Amino acid sequence: MSSYNLTHLAQLEHEAIFVLREVAAQFERPALLFSGGKDSIVMARLAQKAFAPAKIPFPLVHIDTGHNFSEAIEYRDWFATDIGARLVVRYVEDSIKAGRCQEEKGPNPSRNGLQTVTLLDTIEEFKFDACLGGARRDEEKARAKERFFSHRDEFGQWDPKNQRPELWNLFNGRKNIGEHFRVFPLSNWTEMDVWQYIARENLHIPSIYFSHQREVVNRNGTLLAKSPFITLLEGEAYETRTVRFRTVGDATCTGAVESPASNLTEIIQEVASARVTERGTRADDKRSESAMEDRKKAGYF
Amino acid sequence: MTAPAPVHSDEQYLSMDLLRFTTAGSVDDGKSTLIGRLLYDSKAIFEDTLENLERVTAQRGEENLNLALLTDGLRAEREQGITIDVAYRYFATPKRKFIIADTPGHIQYTRNMVTGASTANLAIILIDARKGVIEQTCRHSFIASLLGIPHVVVAINKMDLVDFSEARFNEIVAQYTSFASRLNIADVKFIPISALHGDNVVEKSLRTPWYQGGSLLYTLETVYIGSDLNHVDPRFPIQTVIRPNNDAHHDFRGFAGRIAGGVFKPGDEIVTLPSGLPAKIKSIHGPQGELAEAFAPMSVAITLDREVDSSRGDLFAKPHNQPAVAQDLEAMVCWFNAKPLQPGGKYMLRHTTRETKAVVKAIRYKVDINTLHKKEDDLVIGMNDIGRIHVRTAVPLMIDPYKRNRSTGSFILVDEFTNATVGAGMILWPDGSERAQTEQFADMGGL
Repeated sequence: MSSYNLTHLAQLEHEAIFVLREVAAQFERPALLFSGGKDSIVMARLAQKAFAPAKIPFPLVHIDTGHNFSEAIEYRDWFATDIGARLVVRYVEDSIKAGRCQEEKGPNPSRNGLQTVTLLDTIEEFKFDACLGGARRDEEKARAKERFFSHRDEFGQWDPKNQRPELWNLFNGRKNIGEHFRVFPLSNWTEMDVWQYIARENLHIPSIYFSHQREVVNRNGTLLAKSPFITLLEGEAYETRTVRFRTVGDATCTGAVESPASNLTEIIQEVASARVTERGTRADDKRSESAMEDRKKAGYF
Repeated sequence: MTAPAPVHSDEQYLSMDLLRFTTAGSVDDGKSTLIGRLLYDSKAIFEDTLENLERVTAQRGEENLNLALLTDGLRAEREQGITIDVAYRYFATPKRKFIIADTPGHIQYTRNMVTGASTANLAIILIDARKGVIEQTCRHSFIASLLGIPHVVVAINKMDLVDFSEARFNEIVAQYTSFASRLNIADVKFIPISALHGDNVVEKSLRTPWYQGGSLLYTLETVYIGSDLNHVDPRFPIQTVIRPNNDAHHDFRGFAGRIAGGVFKPGDEIVTLPSGLPAKIKSIHGPQGELAEAFAPMSVAITLDREVDSSRGDLFAKPHNQPAVAQDLEAMVCWFNAKPLQPGGKYMLRHTTRETKAVVKAIRYKVDINTLHKKEDDLVIGMNDIGRIHVRTAVPLMIDPYKRNRSTGSFILVDEFTNATVGAGMILWPDGSERAQTEQFADMGGL
């Protein structure tokens, strides 16, 4: 008699595919939020598998802050072409120019929060009714509470205290006009699962995830990459270090980690022995104890 | 606490399986301490998380590290010092990956525990060794039984406060066994622990030489979950149909879905329901390519040897093994909404991939979840109540009893106006017959 057991990675894969198909079935105009970061790469891969041999039946959408790493942007464009997907890009810069939001002041103004404005405008422009995101519950404590199918009201807001209970595999995507959903197929994945999956599937990822030499400045313990968006403070200087990125967001708020890991096996070993969380390098989460919850309530990813 | 770093070699992670478990109890039972210890000892709590926890604990003027803050992720929860919602936590040992659905002990207790329990392989029920079996233990166990959690671990905690007494342990085991005989829990294990001091949590304790079983973590790592899902009755609810519409795959028509039970193989005769049309499976496509067989909970696309008019909400079964096709069902329901279940009320009902209108024809009784008594004089099923109802649907559903299949035996009720998920149902029988009405309470507990 054969054994009807699946490995943890296979179970996560089947679960995510189920969720992706549920989105295609329950919504009229879904979109897949794609940044060129590792989580969205895994999600896009799963979407390919979910609908094969057909193409992914929705566009990839990126909210470009203008502060992204060029490696991630190049990867994004290459990937969309490679899989023959439609890519929609909308720019925070345009929202600022149009007076929809205002640039922060200070030595490293973050456009992280401003993305919400552009994202919600994009959702409205295309009438997207479900946006697939690569967020995982192990990343952050507010995310640990979020559903697979996460309801957003007509202002794009999340109401964490009034979430729909999610039982078995029954996802309730019913909504009123103007409301939408954020859906997270990777909810149950951990950072380790994502890397293991990238290794198993032999996925290409942007080069900044691997060890390289880079000029960085140490600001409050965060190693920020040299970029036109960062102004050095008095006493600060760039220095060249051997680094890689564990998570890829805006250059203004994503710190590098010193690492010699130059291939997937070494990265997996490094993740296995890591003593700080993945988002420990994200300055945007450190702004307050509830930074993520507050942004999510306002309509953030 | 020292943290042995788990090794994740390539071979290990490719053979690790997955256990989902739920923990029910309150901070007083040492639940947070227990979860904290499991996470810490398996290296799932990172230094920055711990530092942050220390900082917040100090800010709050609390003395001991408040591990509850690990799972109380929302501002309102931290402010009020209560857990509002289910929190999911993750850890792995070299043997298994674990998903914990950590559910609060007090507020909205039923709603959250039912949610966490719906996908769990195992429930950890905490008992304070000084208090023994209390009302809360009954509630937790009843819900574990009702939701069909295959394995229950009763962790008798704070053994250090009863001098690791074997007599006290045995007394509680006897209390629990006597009470649980009214329920239907297939596999119960008892473990004497001290979450605070770590006895029998990760390592076997030297202070309980009389205890012959394994530590809690050992139990979690080794409990056999291979038969938790139904691999007997073939059930395949269609999610969506894949038609590539391109030259390379002109004739491809794949019925996509997640297998809800049994095993399907290419060449198998199937029947499509509710139409009853027969066909043969041509091929099965999984995420890694074509498959020689597929079983729950795999997501696949199935092609057939002939044109069959089937779409989302239909179901494939085998000619000799079919679910009931019914519009009337008897079910246990857990209610999640401030507005009580309306007798005669109409709701949207979602079952597998099928959505239909439904009407509550009758409320049979309400369960007092503390005493397990059946109340027939109080039929108001409000927030966090559990009761038995008769539902009629607008279209037929392909159903199995929940006891036999957690996927084809479950449904949710959705409010037509607010779209909120207001109830969760577990199907007892596919009809509203006399037999169903006169079934004894024991059958319900033995769901």
